[in-house]
Amino acid sequence: MSTIKIRAKESNGVVTVKALMKHPMETGKRKDKKTGDNIPAHFIQEISGKANGSEVIVVHWGPAVSKNPYLTFAYNGSKGDKVELTWRDNKGNQDSKSVEVK
Amino acid sequence: MNRRNFLKKSFLTAAVFATTTSLLVTPKKTFAAWPKKSFDITDLGESIKSVYGHNDTTETTKVKLKAPDIAENGAIVPINIKTSLKNVESIMLFIENNPQPLSSGYNLTSKAVPSIGTRVKMGKTSNVIAAVKSDGKVYTASKEVKVTIGGCGG
Repeated sequence: MSTIKIRAKESNGVVTVKALMKHPMETGKRKDKKTGDNIPAHFIQEISGKANGSEVIVVHWGPAVSKNPYLTFAYNGSKGDKVELTWRDNKGNQDSKSVEVK
Repeated sequence: MNRRNFLKKSFLTAAVFATTTSLLVTPKKTFAAWPKKSFDITDLGESIKSVYGHNDTTETTKVKLKAPDIAENGAIVPINIKTSLKNVESIMLFIENNPQPLSSGYNLTSKAVPSIGTRVKMGKTSNVIAAVKSDGKVYTASKEVKVTIGGCGG
């Protein structure tokens, strides 16, 4: 199952994209309550948002972004555009999903 | 397997591995890579300097920072930033009292509309600073968010 929920809606020539990703966003500073060991950092570092294949936004996130992160952005576009969102974390995992603008 | 064959094979694997990883880590270089150094800095002034190369910022009402006055839960603080400034290259979000002030950065292309939203963690009450780079200059807006329960502890 995809880790991304994404919606894109056009109004007055501006497409607003809202996305919710499923990710622990561990800072690397928290300790495991049972063992007292540090929980290693695990967070999304980079997200790219594309519309019809061309880049709109490149986001760099640090560990201070909340767990199961949320992102909105907007661009000048129209209904029927194909919006694609890709995330990559500090362990090299990645996922992407695309959606048609409504 | 004799020694010669073993060495040959291990070199080959190493070479293949090196090429595939280099392909993976060099996508289209339209924007700079993830700025590890800036994300590691613990002082706000230094952090801003490492992002822009200077501390010359102008406070303006043209940058709109929307954040709660009081965040009941520091683990989820909703932040929205938009601006009426033109030719916006990037939007950066700093949280002064977090262990590392730089929380996130948004690089925009000319197609993008300068309006972003996210949710961040805040350890304690702090000034939140939105910085927008427009026409080569840096404009900021800030707001204090009071945190009743911190979001960085475990």
